[in-house]
Amino acid sequence: MRNIFPILTVVVALLALWYIAVVPMNATRAIEQAARSDITLGTADLIRATMDMERPRLPSPHQVFAELWDSTVEKKFTSKRSLVFHGWITLSATLWGFALGVGLGIALAVGIVYSRVMEMSVMPWAVISQTIPIVALAPMIIVLSSSVGIEGRGVPKAIISAYLCFFPVLVGMVKGLRSPDQMQLDLLKTYGASGAAVFWKLRLPSSVPYLFTSLKIGIAAALVGTIVGELPTGAIRGLGARILIGDQFGNPIMIWSALFAAAILAGVLVTIMSVLQNITLKRMGMAR
Amino acid sequence: MMMVAISLLVWLALWALNVRLAGSGAGGARVAVPLVFGLATLILWEGVVRGLAVSPIILPAPSAIAAKFVTEIPTLWGDFSQTVLKGALSGFVIGCAAAFAMAVAVDRSPFLQRGLLPFGNFVAALPIVGTAPILVNWFGFDWHSKAAVVVVMVFFPMLTNTVQGLREADHMQRDLMRTYAASYLQTLLKLRLPAAMPFVFNGLKIATTLALIGAIVAEYFGSPTRGMGFRISTEVGRLGLDMVWAEITVAALAGSVFYGTVAMIEKGVTFWHPSQRG
Repeated sequence: MRNIFPILTVVVALLALWYIAVVPMNATRAIEQAARSDITLGTADLIRATMDMERPRLPSPHQVFAELWDSTVEKKFTSKRSLVFHGWITLSATLWGFALGVGLGIALAVGIVYSRVMEMSVMPWAVISQTIPIVALAPMIIVLSSSVGIEGRGVPKAIISAYLCFFPVLVGMVKGLRSPDQMQLDLLKTYGASGAAVFWKLRLPSSVPYLFTSLKIGIAAALVGTIVGELPTGAIRGLGARILIGDQFGNPIMIWSALFAAAILAGVLVTIMSVLQNITLKRMGMAR
Repeated sequence: MMMVAISLLVWLALWALNVRLAGSGAGGARVAVPLVFGLATLILWEGVVRGLAVSPIILPAPSAIAAKFVTEIPTLWGDFSQTVLKGALSGFVIGCAAAFAMAVAVDRSPFLQRGLLPFGNFVAALPIVGTAPILVNWFGFDWHSKAAVVVVMVFFPMLTNTVQGLREADHMQRDLMRTYAASYLQTLLKLRLPAAMPFVFNGLKIATTLALIGAIVAEYFGSPTRGMGFRISTEVGRLGLDMVWAEITVAALAGSVFYGTVAMIEKGVTFWHPSQRG
């Protein structure tokens, strides 16, 4: 809690910087507009004009928040202009991708922990797979899945976000499944525990803290993946698509509000993960 | 069908070879095993594509991609230098340097540190790629806008890692420096920056991947008629998937080399850290 005040200071400072930046960014255009209607602007008028432009280069914060409010609370959720609607599209693809990525990551981690061959063959490629910029693959995945006959855009987006989020889960789970020390493993051996029992009763429970740390990174990565999947492909629904459409129609306020909606969504998802983490770890008696 | 069966058999045989290699504990196994695995997968891919006669607009065979790669080297090089050398690298350098400088500047104020760390961590989790269209709009179509996107993307991960790293030196070590009557600058240069290096390199390594992503995504929103993102999106539109895969190969190579270089420098600089020993 002692961090609240410093954080607020940083946020307020950034907002102030933003307001200050609005004036020079929009000034040329505001003066042009005024000149067209034969008005010369005084300094105060100029500042006022830059704050409320219709198509600003940099919209002012209150314009963005007004648009956010307008497109979330005041529109019906089913309306195509509602950011809640677009957020939902993005969220559902994110969650599918997240589930897929987490499943894949855990399965690979179990394989790697139990098989030396698999560790040596798969792990280096998993690392290399992360240095390939996924966005290079994104348009191709979409074309590929449509030519294989998968309808809709949900599946390719989910694949892209799974690709981004499986790696943190893989690394975290390998670490977690290996975290029981020799003493604990020996104890289970003296109990005559089977391999399965060692896995379910020792390795899996002790990997849970590592898992949650990875899940927090993973869900943020999955959201990035979904939005990247929506950006370059001409999607018409979803937050990424709002950004794209805002760009095509020269409507910066729309881009900025979609960006903030995505930021809020990311914040909510990460917060949910940490709440789940706290509850689970407390229940398991592992809370620090 | 024969092709598929044969390639599957080859794959299994190579897997068996891997099992033996991994079990033998020979020195070269660490390098050989992943290479054999990669080769086996390529053979399987080639066999499946040829055996089932998969259309090249769905999945081209590795041999076709390699052929395209060799014939299109000049184009690929042009795209590479536009996207990676101009866009990603310059953005990477500017963004990381700015974040590093900012972290050192903030370092003197614990108040700002406490504010910036959680805030930066939050921002680092956001989908910042979305700012690409805005920045392309501001800085024009050429590589400057790509560099700007990269700067924005790498800034916060780098900042939080450096700030975190500068807190690494513990009280005992700082007190020791004080008993030596070391100035702020001396403490910074001789104790705290070296101690921060593992974190700094962690940030740099995250930034390498982000830099390539940023530079490529920004090209989807407008670019001159060269660049990897531009080429990929136009070739996908023309169903020239072999060219797309050739570009992906370039991206993968560039990403791996970039990451590998940073990791190698890290090895030299932080040789004392437990994760580098052993």
